[in-house]
Amino acid sequence: MNWKCFLAMLARDAQVARRNFFALLLQTFLQPLMFVFIFGRVMVGSGYMPPSYKSLLLPGIMAICMVGTGIWAVAMPLIAEFQFTREIEDRLLAPMEISWLAVEKVVAGTLQSLAAGFMVIPAAWLLLRPGVDLNVPHPLLFAVVAVLVALFSATGGLALGCSMQQTHIGLMFSLIVAPMIFFGCTYYPWSALEKFPILQRAVLVNPLVYASEGLRGTMVPQFPHLPLLAVVVGLVFFNALLLATGLRSFHGKSVS
Amino acid sequence: MVGIRTRDLRKVYTSAPPFAAGGGFGAPTKFGKRSKQPKPEIVALDGLTLEISPGEVFGLLGPNGAGKSTTVGILTTRVRPTAGQAWIGEHDVWKEQVSVKRLIGVVAQRPNLDFSLTAREILLFHGAYFGLDSQQRAKRADDLLERFKLRDRADQMVRGFSGGMMQRLSIARAMMHDPQVLFLDEPSAGLDPQTRLLLWEIIREYNQGGKTILLTTHNMEEADALCHRLVIIDHGRSIALGTPGELKSSVPGGFVLRLRFAQHSTALLEGLRSLAGVREVRVNDQSGADLYADRGGSLIREIVTLASAASVDLNDVHISEPSLENLFLHHTGRSLRE
Repeated sequence: MNWKCFLAMLARDAQVARRNFFALLLQTFLQPLMFVFIFGRVMVGSGYMPPSYKSLLLPGIMAICMVGTGIWAVAMPLIAEFQFTREIEDRLLAPMEISWLAVEKVVAGTLQSLAAGFMVIPAAWLLLRPGVDLNVPHPLLFAVVAVLVALFSATGGLALGCSMQQTHIGLMFSLIVAPMIFFGCTYYPWSALEKFPILQRAVLVNPLVYASEGLRGTMVPQFPHLPLLAVVVGLVFFNALLLATGLRSFHGKSVS
Repeated sequence: MVGIRTRDLRKVYTSAPPFAAGGGFGAPTKFGKRSKQPKPEIVALDGLTLEISPGEVFGLLGPNGAGKSTTVGILTTRVRPTAGQAWIGEHDVWKEQVSVKRLIGVVAQRPNLDFSLTAREILLFHGAYFGLDSQQRAKRADDLLERFKLRDRADQMVRGFSGGMMQRLSIARAMMHDPQVLFLDEPSAGLDPQTRLLLWEIIREYNQGGKTILLTTHNMEEADALCHRLVIIDHGRSIALGTPGELKSSVPGGFVLRLRFAQHSTALLEGLRSLAGVREVRVNDQSGADLYADRGGSLIREIVTLASAASVDLNDVHISEPSLENLFLHHTGRSLRE
């Protein structure tokens, strides 16, 4: 393993992210924070939502931001670089096994996703306060779940980025990302689906459910949530599956 | 010094060749028999064996779709051969990819620069991938930017660069880690004559440092000016190999006169064959004939006389002087640009 090369590629991704920082910031946070403002502030303030919704919403918003950031950071460059700009060719020719380039993309995406997750907490808290009842009894467990969520976003980005055509980017968001968010227990806890038993079981194939329930269980455990063991097992399973699929497709794209 | 070898390289695509192979193909399409839904099979390389000496400038010459880019793709680890083997120095290209990648620099047919970076950053990061320390990187990047006349645009994003500037930067990048073997896939395509001359000068200079260079081109002048030896490939097979001089002298006579009549006759063809200096007459169809001869323009008057004596209209004449293009025509019956 050529660590020098791997780190140089991470440095390259960091440089690109630094250059696009403000665009990334707006792209990642604007929509979720508007949602936080309307549902957490306006709807709660006007009495349409109970005050406790503020605390319930925050982990879900964090999950959306993290997953959106990771998928965007990994999938979009890959789609463009493999199919249109071919920018990735120089890195494919660097003296390192090409699978490590895919791993580097996953690491870069994970770091960006974590950064987005930890930036959205104070931003949302500022918008919602007072009345947010954050309660992190096990910081280590919270950190593990956050890293697994970030990894899920990046491996998902790798799998999507290597299997999507450039012309299908719009479809990717409307057919995959949007349903994943709406059926991902982000705006409501999984237990809220009790009255829809079939739906409640069906959404378990959506990895975002484990992400938002995991963050809910570690940040606001006073609300009902999936058992954390199930969350960790679910996220590890999906991460492994997406990484394996992503690496396979990455190879397929890199070598003809 | 490092050489290049291939043995019986064969590549069959079952889908359109992707960008690693330059996206070109032109070999006949066959259909596989075993699968239920037949996949189109495109034979891009059909048993290519090459031996390129260390320190040589070697040219792959052929029309679009001949298999040039696929050969470069295989030699640079980006295309998996269906059969056969390739080596860079002592390293098997497919089995020892990382060792091979350390030895090679590659300029792809189409610009593939990192659009998210400035010109200088592109060179610096490339150097970093290859383990150069920061001082080495900075110095080498400066030297290359100067050499390729890109200094005044060094700190600008490459998105706004012209095609020629992108091509120059691509070549500078490939040289950044001082590779032992340099691959240039159609390096001067789209360059103005002045830049092309600069590029040729840089390629010769790089070669004088003991580096092996493999370039693909369909530009005769370029192959003639740069290559010590070259191979002409068509439909994935080698059809001629030698120095540019050897190859040119292998064409009978050297000159080619491509004639087009309304419709030629046996008597007319016999007459053409008997003209002084004519070595060979090849009939293409009912109206076309190619004359291989020792002389060019001075034959026209005699051809016209023969044609009018046989009451045949002469519609078109094209004369080419001794060139690699004629060689290609001689071997394949087709022009390189067809």
